[in-house]
Amino acid sequence: MTLTTRPPIRTVIQPASPAQFAPSPHPDLADAEYAAIVERLGREPNELELGMLAAMWSEHCSYKSSRALLKRLPTSGPRVVQGPGENAGAVDIGDGLLVVLKMESHNHPSAVEPFQGAATGVGGILRDIFTMGARPIALLDSLRFGPLDAGRNRYLFDGVVAGIAHYGNCIGVPTVGGEIFFDPSYSENPLVNAMCVGLVERDRLVRARAGGPGEAVVVVGAATGRDGIHGATFASAELDDGREERRPAVQVGNPFLEKLLLEACLELLESRVVTAMQDLGAAGLTSSSVELAARGGRGIRIDVARVSRRECGMTPYEVMLSESQERMLLVVPPTAVDAVQGHFARWGLHSDVVGEITDDGLVCVLDGRRTVASLPVSLLTYDVPSYLRGTRASASSPPADLPAEPADLAAAMLSLLGSPNVCSREPVFRRYDHTVQANSVVEPGVGAAVLRIRGTPKALAVTTDCNPRYCAADPWRGAQIAVAEAARNLACLGAEPIAVTDCLNFANPERAEAYWQLCEAIDGLAEACRALDVPIVSGNVSLYNETNGTSIMPTPIVGMVGLIEDRARLVRSGFQSEGDVVLLLGPGGAELTCSEYLALGGATSLGPPPALDLDLERRVQLACRSAARTGLLASAHDCSEGGLAVALAESCIAGGIGFRGDPRALDALLDAAQAENGQRRADAVLFGEGQSRIVVSCRPENLAGLAVVVSEYDVPLRRLGQVGGERFQWSQSLDLTLEEVTHAWQHGLR
Amino acid sequence: MKFAVVVFPGTNCDRETQHVLVEVFGQSADLVWHEQTDLAPYDCVVLPGGFAHGDHLRAGAIARFSPIMRAVERFARSDRLVWGICNGFQVLIEAGLLPGAMLPNSGRSFVCRWVHCRVESARTPFSVGIPIGRVLKLPIAHGEGRYYAQPDRLAGLERRGQVVLRYCEPSGTATADANPNGSLANVAGLCSEGGNVFGMMPHPERASEPDLASQDGRWLFESVVQPNPPAPFPEGKGEAASSFPLGRGVRGVGLEVGA
Repeated sequence: MTLTTRPPIRTVIQPASPAQFAPSPHPDLADAEYAAIVERLGREPNELELGMLAAMWSEHCSYKSSRALLKRLPTSGPRVVQGPGENAGAVDIGDGLLVVLKMESHNHPSAVEPFQGAATGVGGILRDIFTMGARPIALLDSLRFGPLDAGRNRYLFDGVVAGIAHYGNCIGVPTVGGEIFFDPSYSENPLVNAMCVGLVERDRLVRARAGGPGEAVVVVGAATGRDGIHGATFASAELDDGREERRPAVQVGNPFLEKLLLEACLELLESRVVTAMQDLGAAGLTSSSVELAARGGRGIRIDVARVSRRECGMTPYEVMLSESQERMLLVVPPTAVDAVQGHFARWGLHSDVVGEITDDGLVCVLDGRRTVASLPVSLLTYDVPSYLRGTRASASSPPADLPAEPADLAAAMLSLLGSPNVCSREPVFRRYDHTVQANSVVEPGVGAAVLRIRGTPKALAVTTDCNPRYCAADPWRGAQIAVAEAARNLACLGAEPIAVTDCLNFANPERAEAYWQLCEAIDGLAEACRALDVPIVSGNVSLYNETNGTSIMPTPIVGMVGLIEDRARLVRSGFQSEGDVVLLLGPGGAELTCSEYLALGGATSLGPPPALDLDLERRVQLACRSAARTGLLASAHDCSEGGLAVALAESCIAGGIGFRGDPRALDALLDAAQAENGQRRADAVLFGEGQSRIVVSCRPENLAGLAVVVSEYDVPLRRLGQVGGERFQWSQSLDLTLEEVTHAWQHGLR
Repeated sequence: MKFAVVVFPGTNCDRETQHVLVEVFGQSADLVWHEQTDLAPYDCVVLPGGFAHGDHLRAGAIARFSPIMRAVERFARSDRLVWGICNGFQVLIEAGLLPGAMLPNSGRSFVCRWVHCRVESARTPFSVGIPIGRVLKLPIAHGEGRYYAQPDRLAGLERRGQVVLRYCEPSGTATADANPNGSLANVAGLCSEGGNVFGMMPHPERASEPDLASQDGRWLFESVVQPNPPAPFPEGKGEAASSFPLGRGVRGVGLEVGA
């Protein structure tokens, strides 16, 4: 489903008291909603119409709880060619090329059938990209699970990873990044958010808008089966103990078929005979046909008898609401129908002409000559309800409950490096083909991935980010930090952030506290994106992420794309050579609040998220980008989960070389901490997750130049030590071999 | 030289293979659809990586029945050059153009990583320009790459110098640890008795440009393009300014809409 900014909403239905209306005959339509439908229609809908309405009015398709809030997000900018409202957003990167991006959730299906749930999540997001005429060049997956020591979580984790690998590897799009975070709140309700990035020539971008009346509507790809019926409404309710019975609502993916569709569609689009193209996702033929008609301001007529089926005896209801995968809907002029069908046949793909575009503004479903449904397109699209719900702010987090300072800092560091939320993701990304297409300049590992753009000196940096623990403590600041960290990841490489796609994963919006979290997070995203000057061009909202009354932490995932003008100037995260100077760009920061370190130690109260000064953040990133572009940096890596010590260790591991910290620099950081908050704790300096900080290194001869560049942005820069040797040493109590550090980090995820 | 890069339904490394041949090595390379049966114009046929026909049943098991494979067989029997990379190697084995069999990886899952391979033999034009013992850093990405052959058959292959690439440590020692998929005798690449048919699991096309983590794939391309002696690697990017990032169509399919 597409995040859509539609024309002004004509009807805003306020949730009313249940007594006011007659009971709705459909469990997924509220009484008030059903009453509004009857009023608009002037009659009661029949069973098929009711099914179509319930699907299109579901949270998943209609964004009824989030639409009004999403208007607060900044969606425009000089590079934006397509903002929210299409299958994906598009931004201009020069050289006549556009980057197309989108992220989408597949949480509920993955909770009941992890392999197919995740696989079809990847398939769906790929279709969103090539529907726009763009060739997919990268996939990223942002995943959340409960702790792996529980058998069910392990099963979900293994299934999701295998499903992503199955689909992405086969179709030949590299899976280059993403993140994984573990927390008990995701037990039973994992999050699977897939992001895809594509590339298209500017004048070949395709939009999904119906053309003129009489144009033919063609369905191509898989035959329609009974799989995935009610997927959209399934995704719009909480999960309960009956979830296993919802397994038929999960679709089954066929990446081989999708690969054929991808190539056949992209080749067909080059001929420019296609008026519009739309993939069949949630609510299948129903949503794709009405959305296409709505965007073009037309009506559409579909004859279900002409839709090829996988099984006998399917009713019009089943055909219209099937979510069988690997299907596309095309609008083509009648004169081109034969050529288009012939083209697909040569690719071994079956296609059916199932209907035509009309000018009556109705979606009319026929079964042969019999009309089985007739509804105004607007009632299924623009006129779906939009709710502003009641909010209740969560109590603000009490201050963090600090443990005693550990006697053995080295042991504390090793356990942090090996903890599930910090350690290496290699066992996962090794199962994903991340080098296919031969454009992966920076492969998955630490920080953002980088893909070159052949035929130009440019490259794209891609990343996803969100620390849900911060968002649980303060959704507004947590969302801001997600944007800031994603942009900081890109700044480390020297990339300028150019576009965001987001996936907002929240609990039941009908609960005031969950709705408040959503409001706060959206405001936080909006503010941070404005401050860092990066538009949100596409996205997706996934609500009702609760299982048996347990909510997930609010998880607004930020997917961000950055542009590197000259990839020869790319800066990497690993330390480079013996004798390089290691520095901290940005403030000292010495608060343990809400840190991985505290969570790992089992603190009863983690406290609010670390402070974020967006203006300082912006200047730190500008300074880093500027230094990178002038060739002054040898490496750059941002401080995030695990703080300064983990950032330094990761730079050592990535570079395969040690760090010789200057004990005086550590003392200076401790002094600064004492001046700031009266505490002189080495663990806070090392593992605190203060924002706006980047660990950089440079050749000694570039130090003066770097200091000049950084001072232009009025950003602190302090020396920490030197690159070199085969140890990680900073003080008497923090002295480890590089092998110990690497081993702990590499063997955390088992 | 004129290369045909065969595209089966589900092939997914065709574009980068063509890119490297054309933009990096200045060769001519067409993408050729699997239903084509005329390979006469070509000097070398490349079966690139991917999942031909979805790798349904078994990697390469269906692709061997594609119409083009009879032409590939004739091409090979007439001593012309055939190069199978990853899935292409699997197809060549299934088609009986290379000996042995390919099993699912010993780790039972897909593996994508960088490996080191030692060049063992100069029996094929694809390795004739590479010093024996040279260690190449190349990427692999496959789920079914565990090479197997009957022991006596393998002994014959070894004796005749048909084992061309072997997984090894960066130092060049072939150890069990360096073997990413459980291949018998660490076999990573193999040629036919005549040397003109060559299959390898690693992807040289993903390691032939300065932007990427290794350029060792160039040794193989250089070797086949200019058999003796290998030219020194050209300086700079090795990319023509005109190269188009998205690639273009496949010969033998395509739209025939009235222009």
